[in-house]
Amino acid sequence: MTVQDPQTGEVLLSVRNITKYFPVGAMFDRMQLRALSNVSFDLKRGRVLALVGESGSGKSTAARCVARLIEPSGGEIWYRGQNILQTEKKSASLAYRGDVQMIFQDPFGSLNPVKTIDHTLRRSLQIHKKAHRGKDATAKVRSLLDSVGLAPAEQFIDKYPYELSGGQRQRVSFARALAVEPEVILADEPVSMLDVSIRMGILNLMERLKEDRGLSYLYITHDLASARYFADETTVMYGGQMVEGAESEELVGHPAHPYTQRLLDAVPDPLAEHGQRSEHQRWEPPVLVDPPPGCPFAPRCPYVMPVCREVMPGPTHLNDHHWVRCHLHGPGDTVVPMAAD
Amino acid sequence: MSQVQPILDVHDLRVEYMSPSGPVVAADNVSFRIHPGEVYGLAGESGCGKSTVALALLRVLGPPAVITGGQVFFNDTDVLRLDDRELEQYRWRDVAMVFQSAMNSLNPVMKIGDQIIDALQAHEQVSARGARERVRELLQIVGIDPSRIDAYPHELSGGMRQRAVIAMALALNPPLLIMDEPTTALDVVVQQEIMQQLSDLKSQFGFSVLFITHDLSLLVEFSDRIGIMYAGEIVEEAPAKELFKDPKHPYTFGLMHSFPLVHGPRRALTGIPGAPPNLLDPPAGCRFHDRCALAFAPCPVQRPPLIQLPGDRQVACFLHDGVHDFDTSAAMQARIAEAELVGARR
Amino acid sequence: MSLQIPVLELESEEVREIGQDLQGPEQSRWAGIRAWAPSWLAPLFHSKKAIVGMVILLAYIALAMLAPVISPGDPKAFVARPHQPPSSAHWLGTTGLGRDVWAQTIWGARFTLEIGFLVGIATTVVGCVVGMSAGYFRGRIDDVLSLFMNVFLIIPTIPLLVVLAAFVGSKDLFYFVAVLTLTGWAWPARVIRSQTLSLREKDFVAASVVVGEKGWRIIFREILPNMLSIIVASFIGSTIFAIGAQAALEFLGLGNPGRVSWGTNLYWAQNDAGLLTGAWWTFVPAGVCIALVAFAFAMINYGIDEITNPRLRARSGIDKALKERKVKTGGTRATPVLQQRSAS
Repeated sequence: MTVQDPQTGEVLLSVRNITKYFPVGAMFDRMQLRALSNVSFDLKRGRVLALVGESGSGKSTAARCVARLIEPSGGEIWYRGQNILQTEKKSASLAYRGDVQMIFQDPFGSLNPVKTIDHTLRRSLQIHKKAHRGKDATAKVRSLLDSVGLAPAEQFIDKYPYELSGGQRQRVSFARALAVEPEVILADEPVSMLDVSIRMGILNLMERLKEDRGLSYLYITHDLASARYFADETTVMYGGQMVEGAESEELVGHPAHPYTQRLLDAVPDPLAEHGQRSEHQRWEPPVLVDPPPGCPFAPRCPYVMPVCREVMPGPTHLNDHHWVRCHLHGPGDTVVPMAAD
Repeated sequence: MSQVQPILDVHDLRVEYMSPSGPVVAADNVSFRIHPGEVYGLAGESGCGKSTVALALLRVLGPPAVITGGQVFFNDTDVLRLDDRELEQYRWRDVAMVFQSAMNSLNPVMKIGDQIIDALQAHEQVSARGARERVRELLQIVGIDPSRIDAYPHELSGGMRQRAVIAMALALNPPLLIMDEPTTALDVVVQQEIMQQLSDLKSQFGFSVLFITHDLSLLVEFSDRIGIMYAGEIVEEAPAKELFKDPKHPYTFGLMHSFPLVHGPRRALTGIPGAPPNLLDPPAGCRFHDRCALAFAPCPVQRPPLIQLPGDRQVACFLHDGVHDFDTSAAMQARIAEAELVGARR
Repeated sequence: MSLQIPVLELESEEVREIGQDLQGPEQSRWAGIRAWAPSWLAPLFHSKKAIVGMVILLAYIALAMLAPVISPGDPKAFVARPHQPPSSAHWLGTTGLGRDVWAQTIWGARFTLEIGFLVGIATTVVGCVVGMSAGYFRGRIDDVLSLFMNVFLIIPTIPLLVVLAAFVGSKDLFYFVAVLTLTGWAWPARVIRSQTLSLREKDFVAASVVVGEKGWRIIFREILPNMLSIIVASFIGSTIFAIGAQAALEFLGLGNPGRVSWGTNLYWAQNDAGLLTGAWWTFVPAGVCIALVAFAFAMINYGIDEITNPRLRARSGIDKALKERKVKTGGTRATPVLQQRSAS
């Protein structure tokens, strides 16, 4: 379902048909909240894949599944030639944790408020045996702080999280992730809670780390503009389904799915005169609890056809770098297995 | 400036938070005017004082906040001399407010219709039947199906609740609406719909808006004029599009180059180095000088005055007190290119 | 309008800075004593209330420990005629059996405080283990543990205590502590469980999992330190409960009347008709002591609350600053205006 590009690097991590249900409702009224249906993507070495969607699209659930914070209801996660959902059934191995790290949205919540920065980073190093006790660890902690732009390290090392600004805290989160020398970083809206003026600094840091260390990112965001700026490829999600994917510039320039078009149109544009926007149908969030069959966007789609309410199409490739799941573009050239209930 | 009398005239407003370690000046020398039908945007980093100003205008900020100077005129009313009873009328009838967490401040055990009716009846002599009819109308105009009048807040989505709050704010047809991050917690599609709706309502009813948000692309799109605040002061004020295309203050330049766009060509982004100053101990001279790539001799020493520029705009920056027009954008871009070269050589 | 707009925005950025500012250890009484006291005590010295509480409590602990020095000999010895009012020989008079009330009071502090602290510690430990397990592991474990908590919360404490004490017997120190712990553990467990539940959802716990921390380490090294104020509060609450419940049981005669404690002192005062004959010195000292110790603990608790709650902390400093600038709030809720208009 992802873009096949022979030129770019090896696939590091491959997610296949991940599905996640949450039971909701009371004892006699059990329902299923379908957070993710058949989500598949590949992360390639040194590349950035963005998952873009609104709240309820399942983008964060997907990242948490890959981080093994949530166990998927079905599907496969392939890493180093193994389906780790099979080989590491109960919880992720230390080796996997050492390769796949995560950055969280809330810089105020993701650092333990009662631990110093030094403690937080040192634990990462100790668990993964990246440093021995004492001097060696201290030197490592310093160089980590330095590499995320928190210099001089003495100013930060003994601080508590509340003594740092949001941007500085997010940099500490990156230092904690880097301590284990990971291959993949799952970044769950890493800048959305920061001040506008601070965001670029963090995105530029991520870019630099990618170049210096060959990191791959799964970049979760609701902001198409930042995906365009930072990600090589962008995949759009709606109601737990992936609806369109392409190289970022291509997606922004030639959106094919009606939802992507709607989303793009909604992004504020400082150069537009207000009152100039096109009229749209009223918006309601997607139905996730016991959703009807077919495309989740069908109830809101201006181009909806009867078939849309029956079947969710597979991906149709518009070109080598661009696929879309929409009946307007055909029934799909790959078959997607039905999600097991 | 325009000949029309402004609806809101804020002059040298100063708000301090009294703290045991000395007063924190959250807003200083803040002056701006909002004309009838105008959308005035106020922008800046968190803690720059923009929300403080909004809350102080309504006099809803209790101690430790104290207004220690300046004047606020709403039409001919001296807002800073109003007593409690007059303030009750001033708030909401004259100036209403929608803020970010408003949608969560609805009473969860009361039907939204009843909440708006309560608020209506607190300010106006209306019969129960008349009030209910008015509420149905209000829901209709903010885009909520009037049949939802008996819905409880939890039965509505976030966007719908925010619409209900807007309906409540518009209930008495106020000439001025203050909106502090009205759509920040909402998804982008819902945000666009609500902003569009507000835009339509504004042209229909002709109220003015004081619009505060950290989302600069949204602010530039929807505002007529924008004031940029930094560390409690307004450092630049200009028509919105001008401000975006040709920022004069280096801080404004940084802000305007801090967010990517989806529309149009890709552009280089710089952000702003460093962090906002501690208001307990603000830097001497221009408060932005230690983060400014273009700072020169007078900046760390003197406070730059607000300088009037052609094109109905003002800026507080020494770069612009000369005779000729200094090109901030070109200078900033040159500085950045220079810095990148140095970085590359290292 | 009040419906929509919060009048005091204490959470705003500026005020958060004020709150942080107050924490500066240099400005407080803590500066003088930090040389010799362990650093985790520091917060307690920021609050007058906590200091008052600690002084009273330390005085009682000192009395209890020094009892053999201050009042040597057996406190149960018959030293004089019964029901003698306070005199220079017997500062607090004598009991109905002719024992010295002063000696009985300070010796009584020993047993009472001992039970109080032991029960406080035991209850808190049980509450922590049960509450944190239920909150962290959730699911089945939580269901079972919560059932037990609820059962013990529903049963009225005093009747259960009376039944247990009568049944198991409370002659022995161990049984006494066990009975009080059994009746007192459910409340702290409940509080700690709900706190664990909410902390568990925090991203820093998820971040620890992603970094590879193990479950038990996350509970005790990451989550537990965030609950210290709640744990201390529940220790204090349990200790007050234990002292009160112990006195009540002993007063009812369910303790060991042969032991000297404030509860048995009251029991003997009642038994020997001290209340009927107006021999107030036989029961007032023990009663006042119980009340004062409970008061001391409560003050420490308030003090901790003041420190951990930035709102309360900022409040007092702000009021002072407002007074200094002569700002009259005049009971209104509107933003005060301090006009310094010179000419006009």
